[in-house]
Amino acid sequence: MAEDIKKMIIEYVKKEYLDEDSDQVVTEDTKLISSGIVDSFSMVSLKMFLEKKFQIKIPDEKATPEAFDSVTSIIHLLSEFTPL
Amino acid sequence: MSNIGSYEARFRDFDWKMAAEELGYGKDGNFNIGYFCSDRICELGSGEKPALIWEGFTGEVKRYTFNDLRNCSNSFATMLRDAGLEPGDRICLFMDRIPELYMAFLGVLKMGGIVQPLFSAFGEDALAMRLEDAKTKAILTTRKHLGEVRRIRASLPELAWVIVVDAGGRALEKGEIAFSMESAPIQKKIDIARVGPESPSVLHYTSGTTGKPKGALHVHSSIIAQAVTAQWVLDLRPDDIYWCTADPGWVTGTSYGIIGAWANGITQVVLDAGFSAHKWYAFIEKHKVTVWYSAPTAIRLLMKEGLEPVGKHTLSSLRHLVSVGEPLNAEAVIWSEKAYGLPFHDSFWQTETGSIVISNYPGMKIKPGSMGKPFPGITATVLNPKTYEPVGTAGTIGLIGLKPGWPSMFRSYWSSQEAYDKKFQNGWYICGDRASIDNEGYYWFVGRDDDVINTAGHLVGPFEIESALLEHPSVAESAAVGKPDPINMEVVKAFIALKPGYEKSDDLGMEIMNYIRKRLSPLAMPQEIEFVDTLPKTRSGKIMRRLLRAKEWGEEIGDISTLEND
Repeated sequence: MAEDIKKMIIEYVKKEYLDEDSDQVVTEDTKLISSGIVDSFSMVSLKMFLEKKFQIKIPDEKATPEAFDSVTSIIHLLSEFTPL
Repeated sequence: MSNIGSYEARFRDFDWKMAAEELGYGKDGNFNIGYFCSDRICELGSGEKPALIWEGFTGEVKRYTFNDLRNCSNSFATMLRDAGLEPGDRICLFMDRIPELYMAFLGVLKMGGIVQPLFSAFGEDALAMRLEDAKTKAILTTRKHLGEVRRIRASLPELAWVIVVDAGGRALEKGEIAFSMESAPIQKKIDIARVGPESPSVLHYTSGTTGKPKGALHVHSSIIAQAVTAQWVLDLRPDDIYWCTADPGWVTGTSYGIIGAWANGITQVVLDAGFSAHKWYAFIEKHKVTVWYSAPTAIRLLMKEGLEPVGKHTLSSLRHLVSVGEPLNAEAVIWSEKAYGLPFHDSFWQTETGSIVISNYPGMKIKPGSMGKPFPGITATVLNPKTYEPVGTAGTIGLIGLKPGWPSMFRSYWSSQEAYDKKFQNGWYICGDRASIDNEGYYWFVGRDDDVINTAGHLVGPFEIESALLEHPSVAESAAVGKPDPINMEVVKAFIALKPGYEKSDDLGMEIMNYIRKRLSPLAMPQEIEFVDTLPKTRSGKIMRRLLRAKEWGEEIGDISTLEND
């Protein structure tokens, strides 16, 4: 289950935030915010995607750059709101 | 004692000729910004002084002295000349904040080119529009952005060269050049282009309410204003470690993230990483930053993180803090005093002004929430929006007007004389911002006088967003307005009427958001979409953006009959 979620988020990040010609490898530990793959504005669309997918509401104070900085940290954040 | 000393005395006694003489501008026929930011500092004996300390998101650090700055920018200039590029050609820089960006900026200027820096997060449409308008001859980029450049290249017949600064062994296509700054032959001296003070230097694109983004063209003598404002507003001194957090894709990142600092021989640090309070504080601590020039959005993000991360770092190296981008709210000024023991000094200027024109100065009383006072040499006022005469009464709201004539003022909008002419009324340059002046001469920002959206300090034109929205297959009509946001001041909100056969849904909303993000930029992406059956229009069929904006801001809409007749 957790592996499926990881894979799903990685696929979404690659599809939405990387150039279609990019050869960059994204893993669960790839830095997303601090590397610039996802900037603070784009984080809004990633948050919306997660909220919709998991039928949850992530409060703004929890949606920090650190919490969104890798797929691992995103899964940790999601686990606060939904059983994974 | 600050560099500026007494603001009143400086304001009274100032003239731009003095500033030019202090810089040595024009001595021995030298007018080129590229020379003043590198070769001249070396000639003054500071060649081995650190010029750039760069840190990437992984923590990797690279250091460059002023000698390196001179040599690397020379290498870029030579490579561009060898490619057949000539003085006056527009040469775009489209890359993240890597060292090559800074060196190439000076290199383009040294060969006499017009440097066109563009924000590396721009999507294909935004990039193509700006390159097409400027008839750009060459673009310097990295592998990360090469795919995007390749996809638009066929639509840009003037684009002769794509120069990839980190190609490594990657196969390139026809019309592409691989160039490695690190492995290029060292060139201590080249023939720097003999430009004049009025020769074009930098072309920065900015957004208006109507029409496409416009290129504000600056000239080499802008350095006079950028150097003296860096001294007196940023208070830069020889031993400073200076951090300007702006991206050189925008004017702050070039006027003060390159020119102002290096014209004064100052060491600057650059962090090429996304925002994180801990990372930023660790960066200040590690490099012992003394002067920090940042933006209200970043300051409010730091406020959101609270005092806890501040306490985990030693930030005692900081001695002067300045902010720019959008008005700095009073709470942020007060919070920064509590958090860092220093207030952020708000400064005001825009792409067209090229340098700071109104500011709070070190040593001058700060009124939290105020923009401060005009820089010496700048004649500013608040104008009646109908007569364009100064309002003359303290507290009266009007349009900020500036008397033309300071060195860094833009000289034209690229290929749009009409748009340029519209910026002047009754002998004043109209900034497009509303403000009032209090009885002590402090300026107080009120808001924009048009529909341009100021998000995180960047101006986004509603027309550009609406045009892109209309290209989405589901969108029949749309309006983009700014809505209030506690961090970014404003974010984009789009009102959309769908074509028959499309149903509103969250999925469609997200699809449209991401569509705009990829086509234009993350800044232009609507953070909220409201589907509507129809949009309010004037009798001539123009969408009443102001009405929609007023609703978002909870403002009185008043009598809309005048709007209907617009």
